[in-house]
Amino acid sequence: MAEIKKEHELIVAVSPHIRSEETTSRIMWSVNISLLPAVVMGAYFFGPKAVFIIALSIISAILSEYVYQKALNKKVGINDGSAFLTGLLLGLNLPSSVPFYIPVIGSFVAVIITKQLFGGLGYNVFNPALIGRAFLLISFPKLMTIWTKPEAAFVKFDATTTATPLGILKEEGLAKLIEVFGDKMNLYMELLKGHRAGSIGETSAIALIIGAAFLLYRGYITWHIPVSFLGTAALMAWIFGAKGALFAGDPIIHLLSGGMLLGAFFMATDYVTCPSVKKGQILFGIGCGFLTMLIRLKGGFPEGVMFAILIMNCFSPLIDRGFKAKVFGALKETKAKEIKK
Amino acid sequence: MSSNSTSLKELFLNGIIKENTIFKLALSLCPSIAVTNNLKNGIFMGLAVLFVQTMVNITISLMRKAIQPKVRLPIFMLVISGWVTITQMMMAAFVPDVYAKVGLYIALIVAFASILARAEMFASKNSIMPSMADGLGMGVGFLFALTAISFFRELVGKGTLTLPTGLATQHVFTFVNTKPLLIMVLPAGGFLAVGILMAAFNWLDTKYLKKGAHASH
Repeated sequence: MAEIKKEHELIVAVSPHIRSEETTSRIMWSVNISLLPAVVMGAYFFGPKAVFIIALSIISAILSEYVYQKALNKKVGINDGSAFLTGLLLGLNLPSSVPFYIPVIGSFVAVIITKQLFGGLGYNVFNPALIGRAFLLISFPKLMTIWTKPEAAFVKFDATTTATPLGILKEEGLAKLIEVFGDKMNLYMELLKGHRAGSIGETSAIALIIGAAFLLYRGYITWHIPVSFLGTAALMAWIFGAKGALFAGDPIIHLLSGGMLLGAFFMATDYVTCPSVKKGQILFGIGCGFLTMLIRLKGGFPEGVMFAILIMNCFSPLIDRGFKAKVFGALKETKAKEIKK
Repeated sequence: MSSNSTSLKELFLNGIIKENTIFKLALSLCPSIAVTNNLKNGIFMGLAVLFVQTMVNITISLMRKAIQPKVRLPIFMLVISGWVTITQMMMAAFVPDVYAKVGLYIALIVAFASILARAEMFASKNSIMPSMADGLGMGVGFLFALTAISFFRELVGKGTLTLPTGLATQHVFTFVNTKPLLIMVLPAGGFLAVGILMAAFNWLDTKYLKKGAHASH
């Protein structure tokens, strides 16, 4: 195995060392697999067009990485699954109605401008897929917000467009949203299943939770970021969610709609762009949740997960510095003095 | 004097390639992002800088023996602001529509590091012909950079090209039925465009021009 051979070349700290089978590519491919339920649900609700968009996005991400690394005579690392993951996440974050060139441009921006120009995997400041999406949203504000109504998309070919739950919530309020879905219980169920307008991979809460549970079980992500992210967002939604009254908002709608779950479990937890210290990760998650709700409730966009995570990405190095892990065996000054006495 | 050893042509080319204000020295980036979302504005901004740079170099070169070294910087500034005011008035008279958009940045030419730097480092030490060649070179380099950036940004960001005569082309992307990349005409796209073109310029420079220079040595 190439990875183990490489291990000998590394200069590491003193023993003891834990030997692990984990490699970057293994983790990346696991994350890719964990997104499979979301892909399946997206395909079920939005039809072949959704599969086509995701595939195009993945292919162009891998191609961008390959061309860049070949052109610069670098080692081609498309097998590590990171470009695949970037393309997959970008595809899942697009509406299914976008024209073919949008995923291609998005993947190009994500892989080349956001990742490779900053030094490749491990050096990027921002989450590549999210920058790709932000670039597309700013460049094509109209095309990126045409949401297809999810209904037996395999049978019907004329897609009708509709607003996302968050869009309705922003423009017309909660009463209208409940009216559209029948009653409140039905609204929750539909949100959980994913039978609503939105980006391809963000709609089905169940599918995302299954994928996230797999990642949590394998230990590839920890609870710190998702819990603090979702907790802060729920708290904000509960306190400030309703117009005119405090502590009357509906946190469940906010948690289940938009890209909240996809963002909290799969994108905020990106190893490269989130803080590596656990305490810092909690602060990072709180910041993400706070900014998301701030944008959703007060900002111009109905959805704020993307910008919230990108803004917090900038703070990751600072947070890491603030919560630097204690050196093993070192004592705080005051404790050291006490012991001396 | 350096002017004896280097020809006028070399001085002229120096400002365009070796010391291009934007692509090599990364100076004056403020106007290069603010006014370049339109080809016409970019070209006129470049022309204004070209004019000011050349005239300042000539004036300073003519006055160089009369300027007291202790007060040289205030005098440079006076000369520069004089020429900038003239440029401003001329633009307001002849191209009022452009002036309405880029007027603020024309006034800012006074504070351009590149213009003061050429006055201090070159024109105050050299005679009139080399100073003029240097000023023209720097100005043309700036004009070239601004034209390239605004061409790229307007074409990609809006799909049109506004020629200096005021004629705008049709949307050029309609034949492939795609929408232009709106971000390119927004400020964020300005940084991206400058970065991309800077990289391209330096890549071409190392690939073609530096090799030629080595061969001639």
